[in-house]
Amino acid sequence: MRLGRWLADHWVLGAGLVVLAYLLLPVAVVAGLSVNRASSRLSYDFHEFTLDWWAHPCGSPGMCAAVVRSVQIGFLSTLVATVLGTLMAFGLTRHRFAGRGATSILVFLPMATPEVVMGSSLLALFGAARVPLGFATIVIAHVMFCVSFVVVTVRARLAGLDPQLLEAAADLYAGPWQAFRRVTLPLALPGIVAAALLAFSLSFDDFIVTNFNAGTTTTFPMYVWGAAQRGIPPQVNVIGTAMFLIALLLVALTMLRPRRARF
Amino acid sequence: MPYLLILPAGLWLIVFFVVPAVQLFATSLYDPSGSLATGYAMTGDLGNYPRALGDYWPQLLRSLGYAAVATLACLALGFPLAYAIALKAGRWRNMLLVAVIAPFFTSFLIRTLAWKTILSDTGVLVGLLRHAHLLGADGRLLATPFAVVAGLTYNFLPFMVLPLYASLERFDRRLLEAAGDLYAGPVAGFRRVTLPLAAPGIVAGTLLTFIPAAGDYVNAQLLGTPRTAMIGNVIDSAFLVRLDYPSAAALSFVLMFAILVLTVGYLRRVGAGALDAVS
Amino acid sequence: MADLRLTGLTKRFGALTAVDDLHLEVHSGSFFALLGASGCGKTTTLRMVAGLTEPTGGQIRIGDDDITRLRPYRRPVNTVFQSYALFPHLSVHENVAFGLRRRRQRDIDRQVADMLALVQLDGFGPRRPAGLSGGQQQRVALARALINHPRVLLLDEPLGALDLNLRRRMQIELKRIQTEVGVTFVHVTHDQEEAMTMADTVAVMNAGRIEQLGPPAQLYDLPGTPFVATFLGQSNLLAAHSEPGGENGELPVSAYGGRFTVPRDRCRAATATVYLGVRPEKLHLAGSPDAVPPGHQHVAGVVTDIAYVGVSTQYLVRTGWGTELSVFAPSTGAEERPELGAPVVAYWHSRHAFLLDRPDGAGDRTAPADLSVDVRA
Ligand SMILES: Nc1ncnc2c1ncn2[C@@H]1O[C@H](COP(=O)(O)OP(=O)(O)O)[C@@H](O)[C@H]1O
Ligand SMILES: [Mg+2]
Repeated sequence: MRLGRWLADHWVLGAGLVVLAYLLLPVAVVAGLSVNRASSRLSYDFHEFTLDWWAHPCGSPGMCAAVVRSVQIGFLSTLVATVLGTLMAFGLTRHRFAGRGATSILVFLPMATPEVVMGSSLLALFGAARVPLGFATIVIAHVMFCVSFVVVTVRARLAGLDPQLLEAAADLYAGPWQAFRRVTLPLALPGIVAAALLAFSLSFDDFIVTNFNAGTTTTFPMYVWGAAQRGIPPQVNVIGTAMFLIALLLVALTMLRPRRARF
Repeated sequence: MPYLLILPAGLWLIVFFVVPAVQLFATSLYDPSGSLATGYAMTGDLGNYPRALGDYWPQLLRSLGYAAVATLACLALGFPLAYAIALKAGRWRNMLLVAVIAPFFTSFLIRTLAWKTILSDTGVLVGLLRHAHLLGADGRLLATPFAVVAGLTYNFLPFMVLPLYASLERFDRRLLEAAGDLYAGPVAGFRRVTLPLAAPGIVAGTLLTFIPAAGDYVNAQLLGTPRTAMIGNVIDSAFLVRLDYPSAAALSFVLMFAILVLTVGYLRRVGAGALDAVS
Repeated sequence: MADLRLTGLTKRFGALTAVDDLHLEVHSGSFFALLGASGCGKTTTLRMVAGLTEPTGGQIRIGDDDITRLRPYRRPVNTVFQSYALFPHLSVHENVAFGLRRRRQRDIDRQVADMLALVQLDGFGPRRPAGLSGGQQQRVALARALINHPRVLLLDEPLGALDLNLRRRMQIELKRIQTEVGVTFVHVTHDQEEAMTMADTVAVMNAGRIEQLGPPAQLYDLPGTPFVATFLGQSNLLAAHSEPGGENGELPVSAYGGRFTVPRDRCRAATATVYLGVRPEKLHLAGSPDAVPPGHQHVAGVVTDIAYVGVSTQYLVRTGWGTELSVFAPSTGAEERPELGAPVVAYWHSRHAFLLDRPDGAGDRTAPADLSVDVRA
């Protein structure tokens, strides 16, 4: 009887953990492959433990260049998308104006459009305007699909902000700029940081839109795609695992960071 | 003042999203006998649409079907996970949330390729299933519709879990206790209290899963065969391999239109109020 | 220091007039309470003084300075918000220092420490507001405003979110702090007891206007309008008419066939249609008219309800014309206790009665039948 009750209370937790295992299983496989020397180039069976791939991650020709390029594109796209998206989120939160509804739809549409459609239509635009494809067109495309996610994330944070805090700031001798600088911005910051992280991960991981607009430039996902046809170099798994670990580390740092008393 | 704040992002979206979409629509009306080299004549011809549909309706239907099944699977898998994190995890809540998001950072191509390893004919899973006679002696998982749908499910599961979590997190568990107090058993409590309150998350999650899944071609390419090709594969190759822009543009719009009709129909059924959670 | 003066202050929200041609003078260094039911325009008045709401008309002055159109961050006025509005991202220390930093003052740390000591929060500086109890947050909000030495401190129902016990303690605490710093406090509340115990001057507000203003004891003893008489404590108001004549400074009135008198200086009525008012605790019960002491006036009735509430017993006495009078008898232990249904007379001394204007056709107004509502009055 007690066991039955315990099961009734905890089966959801158990089911959730099973699903979580399903989510993490491929990551475990990637991590395993990153320390595995396969018996042949096209087989992925676990054969022999090695740290060679971790010691020489750039041993696969062209891969590290692609990773660096992806990081550069990610940073640039994140910067632009975060600035533009945050400005728009502020505009949409604090003010009521004609065209607000239309703007919200404009923000929503890219999130509701399949990537093939976005990528191909942008390609057609660049083709018609005779813009050479490459680094710049990739950044343009990434900013385009990241901006919406930034707006939505920052806006959600701003919506939860108590307007009376701004009145309190004004009551305590803070002019509009000071109120923004000392109250609004620090309170919105977690949302902005989350939006930037989201934008970076979307940009770094994007394949479909990038593939349409990259020309001869190769990003890391494109490198992986190309390599998949020939057999993936094991160093790819090193990068995948490293990205996962870096993400965990970043999160751990932000969670462990002592709360600062002053801004 | 608000216009100044909105202008930069608004212009970016108009120039690089709206204008291309309009242009893509124009492209879908070009005379298909032209080519990229010789240029296309604008004929206002709607013929590209029936032509494209006639050729590729199986892929279109397959895309929508796969996406629908994957979305349902995501809901079935995502709900217990989101529920457990939001209401059962206690102080492990943040840890579990991180575990849901962290795989995002391992490139999704790499993870999909890992699925290829997991499902491969020589892999442990197929061996086990064959041994248990759940799979014939030469039965396969890879290169089947199952593999493609499983890949889609896997890739878009976080898009389901996160909005579900967001709506369940605000859920006041005392409501369930109140329901219990009012003679609702666990099933009735779930149906009458939990489910309606999670509705905004369910709506947001299904849209965020279904839409990208219907347009995806990476899973079909890596885990499937030409017989499991989706509309995304067709559009991709029409644009990048066959350079048949008018057909590709027409197919893009057919896909958009199909998604739009399904989305609007769906929102009509569940009530438009739930859309507030999305936008 | 200078007085706060509101002249013809008006605020309209569309068709609704929230504050209606308000005239008010708050003396420097006083503890001023603005008392009124919810929705009568107290918050709106305060927000106009703080500069957070723009007046539709009228003037706000502190001493000789007209601050009506000044931005909130340029006014020598600070506010304690009802929900405190503490900055969640700043420590208690930084919350309190906020105003000083904006004005680039020196010696901030010492000032903050002194202020935290004043509100008895020594050592709380590094904590975050979220980790504090309601009473502690309230003190932070107070310190954060007071540290700027405002010429007027505005408090919008500052104790409204606290439980009863804490509220009583904070009332005393607030009064102590106000006496210590000598800053003008304008304290908004809907709790009449809070207003009476704390303030030097109470202004009773009703539907956007000030009904009456004065020291609490004076307001209670001689209310100026039926609203004040019933909102500030309870009153039995009998529909009456003033009669011609009268000697020894006593005004004669008639009600339901009876004749009564009221001292001329306790008449606040301008017309002959009046309310004759007596507070419930100024009414006494006797078994028959013979037992009424000399100099008193009485009406006869029947006891219809008895409620024992410890410090007093509260009776309802139905008069011959059907109105139920409210009578509070202190529990001294010596009194005779009439029984339910017993015929009694309720009597009072004329120096405890008062006369108020009565709208034409309006009937009696007595305390609510639910006697548990307000024991302390
Ligand atoms: N911003 C506003 N817009 C419209 N009506 C308002 C606004 N602020 C207050 N009111 C109305 O003005 C009246 C007085 O409100 P308020 O000053 O908040 O009353 P109090 O503080 O005495 O409870 C109320 O009827 C209220 O609904
Ligand atoms: Mg109020």
